[in-house]
Amino acid sequence: MAHTQGSYYVPHGTKWPILGSIGMFIALFGAAIWLNDADIGRNIMFIGTAIIILMLFGWFGQVIRESESGVYNDQVDTSFRMGMLWFIFSEVMFFAAFFGALFYARTLAVPWLGGEGMGASTNEYLWNGFEAVWPTNGPAEIGGKFQTVPAFDVPLWNTLILLTSGLTITLAHHALKKAQRTPLIIWLAATFLLGFFFLYLQAAEYMEAYQHLNLKLSTGVYGSTFFMLTGFHGLHVTIGSIMLVVIWFRVLRGHFKPENHFGFEAVAWYWHFVDVVWLGLFVFVYVLVA
Amino acid sequence: MSETTAHMHDDHDHGPASGIMRWITTTNHKDIGTLYLVFALLMFFVGGLMALVIRAELFMPGLQLVEPDFFNQMTTMHALVMIFGAVMPAFVGFANWMVPMMVGAPDMALPRMNNWSFWIIPFAFTMLLLPLVLGIFGIGGGGPASGWTLYPPLSLQTGDAFAFTIFAVHMLGISSIMGAINIIATILNMRAPDMTLLRMPLFVWTWLITAFLLIAVMPVLAGAVTMLLTDRFFGTTFFSAAGGGDPVMFQHIFWFFGHPEVYIMILPAFGIISEIIPTFARKPLFGYTSMVYATASIAFLSFIVWAHHMFTVGMPLGAEIYFMLATMMIAVPTGVKVFNWVTTMWKGAMTFETPMLWAISFVVLFTIGGFSGLMLAIVPVDFQYHDTYFVVAHFHYVLVTGAVFALIAGMYYWIPKWTGYMYNEKLGKWHFWLSTIFVNILFFPQHYLGLAGMPRRIPDYSVQFAEFNMISSIGAFGFGISQLLMVAVIWQCVRGGKKASARVWEGARGLEWTVPSPAPYHTFETPPAIDDSMVAHPDDLAH
Repeated sequence: MAHTQGSYYVPHGTKWPILGSIGMFIALFGAAIWLNDADIGRNIMFIGTAIIILMLFGWFGQVIRESESGVYNDQVDTSFRMGMLWFIFSEVMFFAAFFGALFYARTLAVPWLGGEGMGASTNEYLWNGFEAVWPTNGPAEIGGKFQTVPAFDVPLWNTLILLTSGLTITLAHHALKKAQRTPLIIWLAATFLLGFFFLYLQAAEYMEAYQHLNLKLSTGVYGSTFFMLTGFHGLHVTIGSIMLVVIWFRVLRGHFKPENHFGFEAVAWYWHFVDVVWLGLFVFVYVLVA
Repeated sequence: MSETTAHMHDDHDHGPASGIMRWITTTNHKDIGTLYLVFALLMFFVGGLMALVIRAELFMPGLQLVEPDFFNQMTTMHALVMIFGAVMPAFVGFANWMVPMMVGAPDMALPRMNNWSFWIIPFAFTMLLLPLVLGIFGIGGGGPASGWTLYPPLSLQTGDAFAFTIFAVHMLGISSIMGAINIIATILNMRAPDMTLLRMPLFVWTWLITAFLLIAVMPVLAGAVTMLLTDRFFGTTFFSAAGGGDPVMFQHIFWFFGHPEVYIMILPAFGIISEIIPTFARKPLFGYTSMVYATASIAFLSFIVWAHHMFTVGMPLGAEIYFMLATMMIAVPTGVKVFNWVTTMWKGAMTFETPMLWAISFVVLFTIGGFSGLMLAIVPVDFQYHDTYFVVAHFHYVLVTGAVFALIAGMYYWIPKWTGYMYNEKLGKWHFWLSTIFVNILFFPQHYLGLAGMPRRIPDYSVQFAEFNMISSIGAFGFGISQLLMVAVIWQCVRGGKKASARVWEGARGLEWTVPSPAPYHTFETPPAIDDSMVAHPDDLAH
């Protein structure tokens, strides 16, 4: 509750949210009719997405200009910090839903299908002969025989890449706090390059899975949990990498002060969050298979 | 440097812009609160009309008015509209209006995001209602009809409405999460320096905890419906046993969201009631601190009781016993609350203005809903009650005579502060008595119907249920028509009437009563100095 720099900045009037709502509606409306087999939906979805991107540029641009012009006092800064932290918490809970699905399927649903505990009659009358193993694509073997991605190959490299990127962004942060701009630029660039390298390897892994391992999104519950968890994580790495690129350009323009750089810290927090989710994925999706 | 800049910006405009753009671009917490409240009122009548279609069909046995599939669309959409369109936005509207004024803040912490939180909702409801409305005009297969819980595999058989429904839920989730983040940041960061946590009005406390619940569970709902979407369109088998998944898994994930969700709809109601009763009993709230801890306990317990919604689905016995006992524990903190409300009234100098009538009615009728909840928590008993009208009666007692009654009580309590005029007390009392009588005619017989075995979500029934269904339907139409009185009261009060004083109610305490009525467009641009006489729950009373 510091009031060190005068009054709390309350903006008056904004057109960005309504633009965002319109964009969101158009994008999702397009997606919905596309899913209902109307091909025009895809183009409508792209238009909506473009409007959302325009909104993001406009809204963030305005906030960045206000921040650089110094209208935000410490209390505004605290509001932003709380906003970002609780947003990340909501993301944690989003991933929790999918981790929950993985744990439930693996430790309850599949063993029950195999006749354990209360599933005895289900197994006898519906899926007689199904043996519970993990990984599985279920008693109907949806998608056919498949192999899993070996953990101590590309996923291990990806783990090292993300852990290293967590180190490089911390080095960048230290450089920022000491007002050393050149190391800041280099370490930040290293961070998003590592992010993009991770995405490249992840894409290659997906191609390998689809083309050679017959492991697909539709490969039963294992394929479902594998691709949804790693896919949403990959989406978050993509978003995080874009955020890193944005703050890198801001650094090049001379933004952020050693004592005042919320935008940088927010991205760093987000990046660490993405990193931690990956560690959970590496352990529960890749290493602890079979 | 920044001081002058900030003031320059502040000086741009101190009043609202004019025309429709005022409402579309506003960042003012009072404007946005009004938008939420008006939207919620509109949706209350949209959802109410759906309920009347249901009750009209159930007036007599046999199929009278609508096709069974349309009946199912009505039960599904009535729930979605009332939960996400009426009750939740109404509470957020109250939070927008009252929380900044109650804690001495100039506005919400993140005013632009506040605007977005609201303006997603009308678009989300356009998305949600579109298939239903088109269906009524003969285009497409109509709205979703699988019940608001969207259980697979039934929900996966929804027609073209499916993707629209899922995306609408996503949009509403985004809106709720942003709204909740804003409320938490406002409460934790924007309080006047002397407004310590344990001096905050209980409405602020309950909303702080509710906002935490929202951020914790709305993403889980988003995850659950995303899995439904991929199961339907992209070949995943989360909820299909053939692929190693389990439809019961959806129920677990859904109710991990769903149970906290029901407390999201009742905790702010507890807050409103805890403001109103002390005012009209002219006594400070009894057991303020215990109220705070009870609210936090209820919130904690809400995360570990979800499977009591699915006792009959086939769970291991140990799980059934655990979820039964954990659920019954919720009666303890809830009992603390009811005890405190009653004890606040004990030997108080009570008067019975309209808000107090609604509040007392809330305490009595919500407690009935709580007791039937305890009955449902008992596993062997629930095996008989599950999916019967007893469940319908239970959750309408906690949601209509609970959440909705508290919202109406809060509306009568604070509307003089919002409009600057006193509402029509006589009409308000008529509204109260008609509603309270009809709501019991509407829902009380449903207990008996359920105990006698009438299933919910069925458009036709055995003739043995005819009398109670007819009584219930008469109550429904009486209750629905009575709500038009509320519109009349609000309409009158917005247009004029007796001028309201700043304090409005003789016994009212709290920062919102220190500003004029109507509250100026901007309040507390500099944090107010607070002494014990201005806060509803002074330090020395908290212990």
